[in-house]
Amino acid sequence: MSAMLDLSLRLLAWLVLAPLVPGVINKVKAWVAGRQGPPVLQLYFDLARLWRKGVVVSTLASPGFVIAPAVAWVAVVGAALLLPLAGAGAPASFDGDVLLLVYLLALARFCTAWGAMETGSAFEGMGAAREVSYAVLAEVGIITAVLTLVVQSGSISLATMFAPLPGPSSALLAVGLFIILLAENCRVPFDDPNTHLELTMIHEVMVLDHSGPPLAMILHGASVKLMLFAVLLAQAVLPLSELPLPASMGVLALAVLLTTVAVGLVESLTARLAFRRVPLLLTIGFLFCLFPLLLTWMGDI
Amino acid sequence: MNDYLNLLIGLAMGLNLLALGTSRLPVLIRAVGAQGVLLGLVPLVLEAHELDWRLVLITLATVAGKGFLIPGLLHRAMRTANIARELEPYIAYIPSLLLGAGATIAAVALARHLPLLPEHAGTLHVPGAIALILTGFILLIGRTKAISQVCGYLILENGIYLAGLLLIRSTPILVEFGILLDVTVGIFVIGIIVDRIQRAFDSLDTRKLTALHE
Amino acid sequence: MNSMLLILIPLAGAALAAIWPDRRTRPLLLPAVGAAHLALCLWLMAAPAAVDPAAWLAFDPLARAILPGVSLLFLVCACYAASYLRLKEQGNRVFVAALLLVLGLLSTGHQARHLGILWIATEAVTLACVPLIHFTGTPRAFEATWKYLLVGGTGIALSLLGSICLGYASLHGGGSGDITFTALLAHGPILSKAWVMTAWVLLLVGYGTKMGLAPMHTWKPDTYGESPGLVGALLAGGVTSVAFTAILRVKSVIDAAGEGAMADRCLLALGLFSTLTAALFLLRTRDFKRMLAYSSIEHMGILCIASSFGSAGVWAALFHVWSNGLTKGTLFLSAGNLQRAAGSASMDDARGMSRILPHNSRLFVAGMFAITACPPFGPFFSELLIVRTGLAGGHPWAIGLFLACLLLAFFGLSHVVFAIVDGRPRLKKPDPAHLRETAGLVLPPLALLAASLWLGLFTPAILKDAWSAAVLQLFPLP
Repeated sequence: MSAMLDLSLRLLAWLVLAPLVPGVINKVKAWVAGRQGPPVLQLYFDLARLWRKGVVVSTLASPGFVIAPAVAWVAVVGAALLLPLAGAGAPASFDGDVLLLVYLLALARFCTAWGAMETGSAFEGMGAAREVSYAVLAEVGIITAVLTLVVQSGSISLATMFAPLPGPSSALLAVGLFIILLAENCRVPFDDPNTHLELTMIHEVMVLDHSGPPLAMILHGASVKLMLFAVLLAQAVLPLSELPLPASMGVLALAVLLTTVAVGLVESLTARLAFRRVPLLLTIGFLFCLFPLLLTWMGDI
Repeated sequence: MNDYLNLLIGLAMGLNLLALGTSRLPVLIRAVGAQGVLLGLVPLVLEAHELDWRLVLITLATVAGKGFLIPGLLHRAMRTANIARELEPYIAYIPSLLLGAGATIAAVALARHLPLLPEHAGTLHVPGAIALILTGFILLIGRTKAISQVCGYLILENGIYLAGLLLIRSTPILVEFGILLDVTVGIFVIGIIVDRIQRAFDSLDTRKLTALHE
Repeated sequence: MNSMLLILIPLAGAALAAIWPDRRTRPLLLPAVGAAHLALCLWLMAAPAAVDPAAWLAFDPLARAILPGVSLLFLVCACYAASYLRLKEQGNRVFVAALLLVLGLLSTGHQARHLGILWIATEAVTLACVPLIHFTGTPRAFEATWKYLLVGGTGIALSLLGSICLGYASLHGGGSGDITFTALLAHGPILSKAWVMTAWVLLLVGYGTKMGLAPMHTWKPDTYGESPGLVGALLAGGVTSVAFTAILRVKSVIDAAGEGAMADRCLLALGLFSTLTAALFLLRTRDFKRMLAYSSIEHMGILCIASSFGSAGVWAALFHVWSNGLTKGTLFLSAGNLQRAAGSASMDDARGMSRILPHNSRLFVAGMFAITACPPFGPFFSELLIVRTGLAGGHPWAIGLFLACLLLAFFGLSHVVFAIVDGRPRLKKPDPAHLRETAGLVLPPLALLAASLWLGLFTPAILKDAWSAAVLQLFPLP
């Protein structure tokens, strides 16, 4: 019974807290620009509005147009549930669940791309192609980062693999994971979530033709994914497992908030990169994840 | 002591990757200059317990030469040549970066198999030297602009200087001679400047140096 | 002390040249200093003094075996330079000073008994040659200088790294890290093997670059092609010989460390590769100064092959250093004259030179026969000796390949040389000043050719003694 309660509480926390993250980012951007900006809770209003609306479906689209966003949303939320939360541990844990996490994220991306292609629009196909080609490079980084944690802790289960890393490794890994976070969630400098020019969009162009509840699922799923990466980053870098439960939860929340603010600052202060320079930045992110792996592997050199 | 040494050399190795990944010459020059300053401080860390005037002099000469004088000359050469970017390198930036990372890994792996004295084993000293030398070669081979090649030569030379510091206790004279390599670099750069002033030599692209071939 | 004079006289001359006010009389410093240097060299050679084993610089047997030859070559080139610079309108302050500096540094390099001093001399000589190569000031000369500096600088850097590795080998083996050759030889057996091999490879590549061994030879054709003829002669006969001395000295340390067989194999492979590369390039080159560069690469390869044949081979190599240096001098100096008259070094433009510069053409043809080892010139006897040593040492395949390369090189050289000498002249802009064959421009190459002939026919006993003493220094009897 308590397991059920625990699971429901976590689910609730992820579902309810996630839309705060984009809200905070937008607030930071507004604050840096000296504007009032939309309220932090704006995404909640949007989601509620979208949920009440009907769905416009192209005559060309198959049922996949509606199914894909739903599957993607469930996959992302499922991945989030696999992740342990600092001292509270994970609701379900088994050897190799970290691979399941990576695959669930990949499934979500596949479904988003599939949904985008269903519309038959050239723009959306282009966006899907870009998203997938960046993801290929970013995934190398994620897997390297995960390997670092696996080698350091000697465990391939998410519940036990967040062992504390030595200082330099953890600093490098933080930078690497942050770059990957930006790439995976289509933030500046990889993509501009606020852009209005379809040609330069990546993620936004994929959801142009979605409406109503499927769009709500996509937007909510994106916010959960952002929070998932922030939580992953915080736990990979900070030695949270050594703290008592309440303190660790507090530190985790603070770290996620800081990451969110950092994303907002990056978006305010940098411009997006030209497309051809994106692979370079992703390679740099990969290297930042690779060197901690080497340091961990080589021992004390 | 080893922690400071590893920190200095680790940062220098990080600058390698910056040098390999950037297309902007000012960034490249600054990276090389910063590397020179970091490495110039290494003798102080190595011999922290017995400082003497000779060591301080080496440090000063190295930091001034590698960190300020040559980067300054390079900046001037860059301005006279009126170029700020390396646009079409022989080895593009991502392959260079990956090669550089591979070189760094190879350096660490190789250093574990080299017979080293106990005081040199377990630090980044030897791996750092090897990584710098390999990075220098990648830049020398992979870039087309004369200034980038000089920067590659500087990194190669920094690596050799670092290797020379292995002998600072027994044969300090080799370290002092190593400073003469900076003179070579100086002549390279002065050559660029003088040539630029004498004749218009568009963009200083070494690919244009192809009148002589077989 | 006298050995220091060998270094100080040219350096003082260089300083004097730098402050000498008159452009027309300044070049006369060159033969004056050259003559003093040669006289001192010969005197030291005739009356060898005992060498302090711990000295960093000394006129030891190895220096005695090569340096007089370099000094002779320099003197002849200096006489030529005095006439050559008279033809030139441009300032010669830097050129003359740099030439004298090169002589002083060459003396330092040959006499260095300390790995660091040897390196510093090689480095400095590389830099001192820069204004010499860039003397003509053309864009092509700049290109050649750039390549020379980049490739040469990298070679120099690698040889410093090799020196460091050799020092570390001594330190790791429990020695003091002392890198005088005496100390390294004494510590030979205890040197750390892995570091010795690393050092050998790096030093061979580094000094091999300065020598111009393939595949590190790429700077050579450009540099020799674009620099004045006398600079080419000095580079081919002087600077390369310092690098060769360096390799010989280092190799004796490797022998002492017990890795001599490996070092011999490296030298033989690199030598054969250089000879083969040069022979193949000689077949298709159309430029007679680049042709000389490839010929120089070939002869550097021959030196390496010879030094891989043990003590008798090194004796033959020392002989070949002399005969090659003097003969190459003839070719470079006469090629410089021909190029000036024809306004080009390509056989497409320079034709029928025997009608324009008959004496130089004759010298050029004779020099070509001499360098391709036709009797009775020096190279014939030295190469014959190398072949016999190789066969006696049991390397028939290497000798077979070597002889095949010599044949190919002969085809390439004779093809270019006769294309230039024969035929009808095709001059672009005849400049009467450049068409006169003054004694100052013809006698120096003639003197060098005569020296080569004399060396082949009547090898003086004093030279043979010097070479034997050098071999004994490199291969000490157990």
